[in-house]
Amino acid sequence: MHKREISLTVNGKVHELAVEPRLSLSDMLRDELRLSGTHIGCEHGVCGACSILLDGVPVRSCLMLAVQADGHEITTVEGLSNEDRSPGILQEAFQDAHGMQCGYCTPGMLISAQALLTANADPSLEEIKDAIGGNLCRCTGYTQIIESIQLAASRLREAG
Amino acid sequence: MNVDRNLHYVATKRRVREDKRFVTGQGKYVQDVNLPDTKHAAVLPSPYPRARILSIDTAAAEALDGVHMVLTGAQLAEDCNPIRLGLKLPEVKWYALAVGMTRYVGEWVAIVVADDAYIAEDALDLIEVDYEPLDAIVDPEQAFEDKELLVHPGHGSNVLYHGNFLWGDVDGDFAKTDDSLRFRARWGRSSTVPIETFGALARWDEGTEILDIWASIQMPNFVELMAATLGYPLNCIRLHQDVDVGGSYGVKRGIKQSVLVGYLSRKLRLPVRFIEDRLANMAGSDAHGPDRIFDMDVAFTRDGVIKSIKIRALDDAGAYPGRAPFQLAKPISAIVGPYKINSVKYEAISVCTNKSGQVPVRGFGQAPTNFMIETAVDNVARHLGLDRLEVRRRNLIQAGEFPYQIPPGSKYDSGDYPTVLQKGLDLARYDELLARRDKARSEGRLAGIGIATVLEPGGGNNIFEYLMDPSAEITTFMEGCEVRVDPQGNITGIMGTTTSGQGHETMMATILGEELQVDPDDIRIVHSDSLNALPTRSPIASRMAIMLGSAAAGAAGKIKDRAMAIAAHNLDRPLEQLEYAGGTISDRNDPSRKLTWAEICFIAYRAYHKLPDGMEPGFQAQYIMQVPGGGQLPDENNRVQVYPCFSFQAHVPYVEIDPGTGRVSVLDYAIAHDCGTVINPDIVRGMVIGGLAHGIGAALYEKFAYDEEGQFLSATFADYLMPSVHEIPDVKDIEHCTPSPLTSHGQKGSGEGGYLGAPAAIASAVNDALHPLGLNLSELPMRMSKIEALINDGNS
Repeated sequence: MHKREISLTVNGKVHELAVEPRLSLSDMLRDELRLSGTHIGCEHGVCGACSILLDGVPVRSCLMLAVQADGHEITTVEGLSNEDRSPGILQEAFQDAHGMQCGYCTPGMLISAQALLTANADPSLEEIKDAIGGNLCRCTGYTQIIESIQLAASRLREAG
Repeated sequence: MNVDRNLHYVATKRRVREDKRFVTGQGKYVQDVNLPDTKHAAVLPSPYPRARILSIDTAAAEALDGVHMVLTGAQLAEDCNPIRLGLKLPEVKWYALAVGMTRYVGEWVAIVVADDAYIAEDALDLIEVDYEPLDAIVDPEQAFEDKELLVHPGHGSNVLYHGNFLWGDVDGDFAKTDDSLRFRARWGRSSTVPIETFGALARWDEGTEILDIWASIQMPNFVELMAATLGYPLNCIRLHQDVDVGGSYGVKRGIKQSVLVGYLSRKLRLPVRFIEDRLANMAGSDAHGPDRIFDMDVAFTRDGVIKSIKIRALDDAGAYPGRAPFQLAKPISAIVGPYKINSVKYEAISVCTNKSGQVPVRGFGQAPTNFMIETAVDNVARHLGLDRLEVRRRNLIQAGEFPYQIPPGSKYDSGDYPTVLQKGLDLARYDELLARRDKARSEGRLAGIGIATVLEPGGGNNIFEYLMDPSAEITTFMEGCEVRVDPQGNITGIMGTTTSGQGHETMMATILGEELQVDPDDIRIVHSDSLNALPTRSPIASRMAIMLGSAAAGAAGKIKDRAMAIAAHNLDRPLEQLEYAGGTISDRNDPSRKLTWAEICFIAYRAYHKLPDGMEPGFQAQYIMQVPGGGQLPDENNRVQVYPCFSFQAHVPYVEIDPGTGRVSVLDYAIAHDCGTVINPDIVRGMVIGGLAHGIGAALYEKFAYDEEGQFLSATFADYLMPSVHEIPDVKDIEHCTPSPLTSHGQKGSGEGGYLGAPAAIASAVNDALHPLGLNLSELPMRMSKIEALINDGNS
């Protein structure tokens, strides 16, 4: 199949690659760029495990083609870590409040939470629920995820 | 058991060590394992619930560029055995691909291996199958009666199991008791539905003659079934157990998927990977849960004291039962719930139908059974006009009565049910909740409070299998742990199985740290592959804290014993005069006379001349834990200890129902929980609340629906409705601790968590809300359409 050249920025790094037009963005991130933190749960856009930030906005990478990301800026879960690869504030908070069990939905949860906290450092409970309302988790029942986001928000506010 | 001593790490809030890799995107799931030259598989689903396969033309698919192989059931059946079932049903043949006939919508008819999954799916479109559609068997009661329309004609009926058990004088108790009632309750076809589908990657190595397999697995008999199906010796298969499993809760059995990649890899001499897509998973994975009709008779006094119960449970196992029928047997472990019921009659029936096969689901049949028992208690209260709480209090086993033996023989190890119930009520602010409900009702809303007091048997034990099949003389359900101390003195704990979100690495490190007085963060925990592993029965049955935890404590104890023996020999002091503190061993009377941990490790590895006579060099220990109370066959009355440990939980949800739409909103939820000693509070809390949310799904939303012709209606997350954060209320939770006398630190099981009570509690709340209308529902899931129809038409 004829490949198309695309250029995009992922976690601050520019990638130029040739992809088949039908390649999904999630498969490109995982198989071409070897960023396996983005997980695939349903490929129907329902579960939210594959969420990434596209120009700062959370989107389902399973519903986008890689070619549609040409020229855009993407953040995956790997991009939420500090430059030295140590966990960022949000990732630390998820550990402290144990906001996960099996870890499979976690990258999508973190991406949705990151988008929320970037826009709103003092979210209400309802705002947190709305932010992760499109991310399914089978393990936790969401309570400890909400607490993780609340903890991260308070730490972000303290950090100014 | 020792719970009185001062604990440093156990029961202390500490980070869960698995979490770091998950938050940074560094978890290693089966999809993340990359081997050079890996090929990718995709499966072709049957569009028919029941059809004869007249022919399959694979030529065009095979001719597609990038396709390596197309495999059909006919060829597979020539080279492989059927997958072994739990019960001995020789004419119920379960192959990884349909052979000659399809038996449900979504059953896999062929599998394609190609350079990538896109090409493999292209090739599926080129396969031509000529089907002869047949009438399907959909209704389980009809399947039970039908002698003509058979899912597996060679088997001669659709009945996979039909057994009758009697414990105690049921007829006498019914005759002697004031009153009785009869009801039917139905548990819907749902499952655990992990966000990660099942995946497997296999690589046959001709040089070593070993089939390496990476799979998202949670299963005790996995390697044995693989070997038996492929016809290999057991030691030719190496399961890599260091793969993170993206949720399971019982269902990640994946045997047919793994058989396929194993077979294909050996055939092609290439690594082959198959990751189910969501459609293949929901329709074709043989991973549906119990689908059960209960008919129950309850005998009770006019004071609401329940004396005897008769249960008929008819379970729809789908087309391929796996170990499904045993989900009718395990609940015998706690078939009377937390109540003092004198006698039990139990008729258990498993039938097959043209639906996706059934798999073990969280609780192994206990959640449906608990729903039935709690429905019975609520019905007795309603029948007598008594308060539901009061009826429970009159029937609950009291704190002073443990160990308490129930009619089928199991002894409940410990508990304090009335206290835990009261804690739940206090947490819910029950009086205020009653006022809130009544105010809502006075304002014209439908409002209800649910009550459920249920047990979580934990620890596992295969003996229920014997109750169904006396040729299965399996009386152990062990778990092994190895502890290695390296020459530097560092400690590594080795578990022989996978983990799927339960935090076993944290649990094991915590117990090893506690026992050896070492910071758990300094202990490494690894998962050995199956060829290196000690005996294991895998993380099922809420058993790892009980079994792996106690095995870890046992192995740590052996390490300490060895260190003490080395110290006694070198310090020339009797053992009883020595004291172990953080690895250093000293003379109680003269603390300056001591051996440090480093010195002990040096002697163990390097100074053979300083070892006690006959001691082997090196420093490691193994401990294989036998399930407490196991080892016995049932007596002549089918009485036997099934599971060893019994956790308890009291649920108090509050719901309101929109009378126009039938929509149930769960507005509040309190749960009090007792699993003995909690090893890691965050982990246990997560299990309790996560299980509870799963139970809300089973109660209100989740259903693998089939229409009357057998067409499958729930193949995506848009149809199979899993609760989002908006459906789950703010949960208030509290722990109580009644230690188990049977485990290393008093711990019991918690992995099945709130799932074992939430469906019963939500059903109780919905019926409390419907009660003022004189309506009652006893079928799960209680979807809004059903409630709306009941409210507005008076029928469901």
